[in-house]
Amino acid sequence: MFSHIRTIWLTFLHLFKRHVTIQYPEEKIKLRPRWRGRIVLTKDPDGGERCVGCYLCAVACPVDCIALQATEDENGRRYPEFFRINFSRCIFCGYCEDACPTYAIQLIPDFEMAEYNRQNLVFEKEDLLINSQGKYPGYNFYKVAGMNAGVKEKGEGENEDAPVDIHSLMP
Amino acid sequence: MQHVWIVLGVLFVLLNIAAGLIWVERRMLAMWQDRLGPNRAGPLGILIVLADTLKLFFKEDWIPPFADKWVFIVAPAVVVGSVLMSFVIIPFTPQIIVSDLNVGILFFLAMSSLGVYSIVLGGWASNNKYSLLGAMRGASQMIAYEVFMGLSLMGVVMLTGSFKLGDIVNAQKDMWFVVKQPLGLILFFIAGIAETHRLPFDIPEAESELVAGYHSEYSGMKFGMFFIGEYLGITLISAVTVAMFFGGWLGWSFLPPWAWFFLKTFVFILFFILLRASLPRPRYDQLMETGWKILLPLALANLMITGAVALLVRG
Ligand code: SF4
Ligand code: SF4
Repeated sequence: MFSHIRTIWLTFLHLFKRHVTIQYPEEKIKLRPRWRGRIVLTKDPDGGERCVGCYLCAVACPVDCIALQATEDENGRRYPEFFRINFSRCIFCGYCEDACPTYAIQLIPDFEMAEYNRQNLVFEKEDLLINSQGKYPGYNFYKVAGMNAGVKEKGEGENEDAPVDIHSLMP
Repeated sequence: MQHVWIVLGVLFVLLNIAAGLIWVERRMLAMWQDRLGPNRAGPLGILIVLADTLKLFFKEDWIPPFADKWVFIVAPAVVVGSVLMSFVIIPFTPQIIVSDLNVGILFFLAMSSLGVYSIVLGGWASNNKYSLLGAMRGASQMIAYEVFMGLSLMGVVMLTGSFKLGDIVNAQKDMWFVVKQPLGLILFFIAGIAETHRLPFDIPEAESELVAGYHSEYSGMKFGMFFIGEYLGITLISAVTVAMFFGGWLGWSFLPPWAWFFLKTFVFILFFILLRASLPRPRYDQLMETGWKILLPLALANLMITGAVALLVRG
């Protein structure tokens, strides 16, 4: 009985406590940089697409909401022909970002993507691609990759030795 | 002619209070839970009342094909009707009272008890297991509180020597009955909560176990009737508590009598809401057990002691 009265009293005291509600459209919560929201495709410092169309993100995605088709340009550089994310299925788990070997796909702190029409939640490559390097500035996959895809010659990259001439006997 | 005006006025004020309580309850509940509650429509969100009512009016008023049609329709009207009938004997001021019956309290007890019919009939007519369980609990709850509810008020009646609420209020000129009958007040209030089926005693409704209990199948304005019936019930119990124990319209003269009455009633309405915010719901057998094993003996003891003291004093 006493505990009931105490409960009532304590609840009453909450009248004078600060409320915890954030009045959303006017007040906004501060989102951390690594907050997982809308997905973007980033570009490397030279303005090229980072994505190499390896399908790892599509495989990692637990709800299978990424669809893409890889293709190559005349230099042998791989890029996605189309890249489609269905945000009505995405659960914003961030596995695609973890899986991506080139830091291309990234989740950014933005959640305001409400739409009246469900079909509008299917984002194509032109909706996803942004003109920025996202969270990993300065990284260019083709600069550190071994192959020549029109970005650098073979063996010219960072942390890379010149190719070995296998016909030579010299060490 | 004056009677008609009083009836219409009381009806108008009561229905508006019942609607306004939607807002009061949601805001106050939010405050006690560190939230804000509805605050968008109109100043401080007061227009939520309008929005809610309009919404209820335009909702599909559906009668399930498996329901017992006529009983299903009548049930919600019973609760509103019976509660409104009980307001007949509430003295808002010495003049504004629909009818100061000389069986006042008995009439109130009788009418407010009829409200349980709407629960039982509604739950039964819905032909739905959850509703039926709710209705059954409603009936069992009624058995638990009805007895000591009447007895808890008899102490006051004994001290006044009248069932008329007008006389009872007038008898409190020197001292409110809450001082002489504190136990009666507590018992009556507990019974009152059970009577209105408010939390913590919303056992027939119990939305965490029974979907929505007896009114699971109701929609639209029929559900609205249950809703209004509940709020009217709160107002009724608060008003009776004020009239019986807190001196009704009596108060210092800087406010008119009706203002005192409404002010005091409002405090109790807020207390109802505070209870909702703070207490968990007991099982229905627990309520029954407490009702019969603790509260009923207490009410009887209160009655006996009051009677003995009254006899002694009188001589
Ligand atoms: S965040 Fe998760 S669900 Fe969304 S696209 Fe990436 S892997 Fe799929
Ligand atoms: S976004 Fe990353 S993981 Fe997905 S296909 Fe492109 S490079 Fe591969």
